[in-house]
Amino acid sequence: MATAIAAAPGPLARARRWFAGFGERDTWAAFAFLSPWLFGFIVFTSGPMIASLVLSFTDYSIIQTTHNVGWANYHNALHDPYVRTAMRNTFIYTAISVPLHVIVALWLASLLARVGRFGGFFRTAFYLPQMSPSVATGILYLLIFNGSFGVLNVALRYLHISGPYWTTDPNWVKPGLALMISVWGVGASVVIFLAAIKGVPQHLYEAAAMDGASSWRKFRDVTLPMISPAIFFVVIINTINGLQTFDQVYTAFFNQSTPYGTNASLMYAIYIFQQAFSFLKFGYASALSWLLFLVIAVITIIQIVASRRFVYYEGQR
Amino acid sequence: MQGWRKALVLATMLASIAVLAVTAGLASAHGNKANIGNGTLNIMGFGKGDDVAETRAAIASKVVGGTINRPSGSFNDQTFLAAVASGNPPDLVYLDRQKVGSYAAKGAFMPLTSCIKSQKINMKQYRQAAVNEITYKNQIYGIPEFYDVRTILVDNKVLDQSGVSIGALNPAKPAALLAAAKKMVKFDSNGNVTRIGFDPKMPEFFPLWAKAYGVDILSKDGLHANLNAPGAVKALTYAMSLINAQGGWNKFKSFRDTWDFFGSDNQVQKNQVGAWPMEQWYYNVLASGSPDVHITALQFRNLKNQPINYETGSAWAIPKGAKNPQAACAWAKAMTSVSTWMAAARNRAALRKASKTPYTGISTGNSIADQDIYKQTYTSINPFFDEAVKKVLDVQRFSFGIPASPASAEFQAAWQNAVNRVLAGQQTPKQALDQAQKEATAAIKAATK
Repeated sequence: MATAIAAAPGPLARARRWFAGFGERDTWAAFAFLSPWLFGFIVFTSGPMIASLVLSFTDYSIIQTTHNVGWANYHNALHDPYVRTAMRNTFIYTAISVPLHVIVALWLASLLARVGRFGGFFRTAFYLPQMSPSVATGILYLLIFNGSFGVLNVALRYLHISGPYWTTDPNWVKPGLALMISVWGVGASVVIFLAAIKGVPQHLYEAAAMDGASSWRKFRDVTLPMISPAIFFVVIINTINGLQTFDQVYTAFFNQSTPYGTNASLMYAIYIFQQAFSFLKFGYASALSWLLFLVIAVITIIQIVASRRFVYYEGQR
Repeated sequence: MQGWRKALVLATMLASIAVLAVTAGLASAHGNKANIGNGTLNIMGFGKGDDVAETRAAIASKVVGGTINRPSGSFNDQTFLAAVASGNPPDLVYLDRQKVGSYAAKGAFMPLTSCIKSQKINMKQYRQAAVNEITYKNQIYGIPEFYDVRTILVDNKVLDQSGVSIGALNPAKPAALLAAAKKMVKFDSNGNVTRIGFDPKMPEFFPLWAKAYGVDILSKDGLHANLNAPGAVKALTYAMSLINAQGGWNKFKSFRDTWDFFGSDNQVQKNQVGAWPMEQWYYNVLASGSPDVHITALQFRNLKNQPINYETGSAWAIPKGAKNPQAACAWAKAMTSVSTWMAAARNRAALRKASKTPYTGISTGNSIADQDIYKQTYTSINPFFDEAVKKVLDVQRFSFGIPASPASAEFQAAWQNAVNRVLAGQQTPKQALDQAQKEATAAIKAATK
């Protein structure tokens, strides 16, 4: 049977429909409710962003006369070895932390979905670390991941595994940070995944069971596709967070009382902060920020394009 | 007497002491009262502090008059720059002396020539090394306040247990010091360090080690870095050899991170370290937390066996655009004068006596105040602390600091990163310091354009 598929409206038609919406009272009401956020976005986000774009073409330092330097800041950034180091570190950290975060969160959410009586307690327990300040997490990292006496390595020693020097060995600093930060902050993603798992229609599992599917097959072929929008959301958000990681690493390695940061722990956002607030190179820091923005934008677009193959939205064919 | 009555009597005594101290400080006269233009003196970086800070602040407030606005928290570059950017800089800032040069070179601070003249501030009372730190292009940009000095802190028990003589803990004799460190260090069955013999305190004290090897890492005018001078490379190589002989950086730092540094189970109390160079304020921590430890303070010596001291500390500076520079100047003078320091010292000594905790004195940037504080307020704690306090006072005359530079922050980052790369095994001392020299030179050049 031939199926008639309605052609998707073109951009012009979509724009016309959007403007036509303003004829309705509900549209105005919606914008009225959105206005506090819109005001905040324009004043506190887009305004400073535009200002920083302008500053990125200057040698702005707040306290000295500002000069236009053209593309010099961008040119210098591309030739700055620390930028390359910081970017590489940030990519490696993100590449380890995001999959780890998603896997752990998914695993915990799957377990929680089965827990009946004490579900509320465990949900709270998993979410609690999310409430602790990130600065405290940075200090905890130094204690838990201490190479000689940290809880992690002591536990590994019971398994006859000699743990690495997570906080001092340049080869293990990034995996250690990724492990700590991604697992510690897993609570919010667990809640998102749990909600998504609970939303999967039961009849799909029943149908799979009738076909003799094992638990793993049910998870792989029913749960995962059905919660793929939630997974996609968590991946996108955590990728952006990973590329902007700052506070825990700064506390652990670049604070005044912990001046032990090396090339191995230098993250891109930390380098931007140093250029701006230690060396007063706000123009250069702005250029670095815009480069990071571009990198994040490109990665996000790639993820969105790739998601079309992997993410299933109900009602979509 | 009932408990609450005892508490009441004690509280009354303490309050009386505080009032007396403040009154005594005020009575000793601080020159003319400053004229506060808009009625408020805005200070940044000097939030509510301990008894020493508050006693002096009370005196300075009386001297200056008007409203004193002191938001909480210490100096923060972000907050300061935001205030400057908004066209509303504070009248006075309290910050690390090492930051003064950079801000002065960029024109953020006022030279204090007229302040010193109008308030008749005797700059000779302040320690020269501290004044050098805040002098840029022959102009003074700050008034020195606290003064941190470094001595080698020795745990006598570790020495006795290891059979090491105190004479071996002398950087002037590198081979003997290395041998002593090896004798004092301890490992557990897993190969983890459980006691450090001698901690060179890297990267923080690299300037001290370089100086011991005859190198000033920055020229007096703050415009020429000497980070890869052969002596500096030798100093770093030697400091690394000390760490490597005690298990290497990974084990060394992992163990050091477990210390209860400010607690009563600190590393000296638990004999977890033989000796290490340390700021003088740590004697106060020990006196409060573990007064029974047996310690010795040694002067840090250079290869010629002469005592040297790396000093750092804080200062008061007046930002350009300050609305009340006169009041700010009067405050800085009052806070750092001999009589104010004495009032604070008397108050602290009395408070410590009342609470039956030892008092080790206050180390200030004012050499006259230091002498008076020791003579008039110090009372014996025990032979160990008494000797340490004497040594701290004595070492002050051998001080050097890092001169003010237009690129202080970049310079510090360059040498600190270099030492960290060496510690992490990413570079040799020569490679790291060559790179640091290039970075520091480029930063200074850019800052002086």
